[in-house]
Amino acid sequence: MAIEQPEPRVWNGLFWVIQLFICINAVAKSFLQESRGRMLYFYSIASPSDFVLAKLLFNSLLMLVMSLLSIVLFSLFLSNPIQKAGPFIGLVLLGGWSLSLVFTFLAAIAAKAQQNAAIMAVLGFPLIIPQLLLLMKLSNAAFNPVLTIPLSTVLLLVALDVMIIMLAVILFPFLWRD
Amino acid sequence: MTNNINTKRTAWWKILCVALLVYTFIAGLLIKVPNLPLLGQTSRNLFFHVGMWMAMMTLFTVSVVNAIRYLRTFNLRYDIYSRQYATVGIVFGLLGYATGSIWMSYTWADPNNPLFKSFSALAREPKLIGAAIALLIYFAYLVLRDSISDIDKRARIGAVYNIFAYAMLFPSIWIVPRILPSLHPGQEGNPALELKDVNQFMRMVEWPAFIGWALLGVWITTLKIRLNLLKERKLMQ
Repeated sequence: MAIEQPEPRVWNGLFWVIQLFICINAVAKSFLQESRGRMLYFYSIASPSDFVLAKLLFNSLLMLVMSLLSIVLFSLFLSNPIQKAGPFIGLVLLGGWSLSLVFTFLAAIAAKAQQNAAIMAVLGFPLIIPQLLLLMKLSNAAFNPVLTIPLSTVLLLVALDVMIIMLAVILFPFLWRD
Repeated sequence: MTNNINTKRTAWWKILCVALLVYTFIAGLLIKVPNLPLLGQTSRNLFFHVGMWMAMMTLFTVSVVNAIRYLRTFNLRYDIYSRQYATVGIVFGLLGYATGSIWMSYTWADPNNPLFKSFSALAREPKLIGAAIALLIYFAYLVLRDSISDIDKRARIGAVYNIFAYAMLFPSIWIVPRILPSLHPGQEGNPALELKDVNQFMRMVEWPAFIGWALLGVWITTLKIRLNLLKERKLMQ
């Protein structure tokens, strides 16, 4: 490996950047790969809010599995500097969930705009940076036995996620009709 | 005919805007400001620098309100409103950066360090990054909206992204920078709005200045909207 045992901060930074790219690639497919005919079929059998909730749920589960996999791979290949495994895994799951929610909705927008996946990155990067900053900041505490993870920030992230779900349910019907 | 009535009815706030801005420039440069260490006389920039951000937030808020109005009525006029308010908001954001960098060069820049070295420390400011994110989000909105050729689809997708982006914008420029350490004032509470931050004379200039700049932004946007409505009408015919 190019970097054998990176410092905890580097490990953390690398981990979240890779999470971001995993998410873009995994979630973008969910909308961009659907053919027109299949969308029409979904349109006839389900209401838009059910459809978007199902998509959000599926992508959340997919991203949670991916997050766990990438923790395992990271600790196998780049050693394991994590001091508090429990909180770190919790944060990673929360982060994966947040990322998947934001990018699912952006994928819906990008698919409707009939653009390629590149526009998703343009739309998504500025939106996701604040959450990613918070997640990196929080998970830095998991590498240091002295620091504690502030609960208020975790709650802030959860509140953001709930807000994204609500916005998706409210706004998706407008994207859906054609 | 109707034009005449309209100009009479809407002219008062333009006069107010000019009056407030003239007052801002005269009073803002002449009143006595407390001579604090480090800050010195640069605190006069408060009326200009913070005013730009206030105008930007006002314009972005009006833009999102118009996006909601579009989704409720599907009247394309509101889509044009929404886009133009976002564009002018970006201009005010860039002006906020410009005034901020002038202020920064007198207060934060370390005279003992070469310019690029002190710059690399300042570029990591969470507040600067937060504002850059806000501008990038609206640039992305413009890219998305203008890349779609179908008028109705463009308006609908643009409005959806606008609302979504605005909801995500608030955490990035109001909450996150307060959690991270920063040199910029306003770690706890609202900078320049709290009683302890500003003395009473400055307050008498501060609020008129904010309202004046916001009105100027709205004024510029109404001109752009009129131009675009005319263009659109030409396209329709």
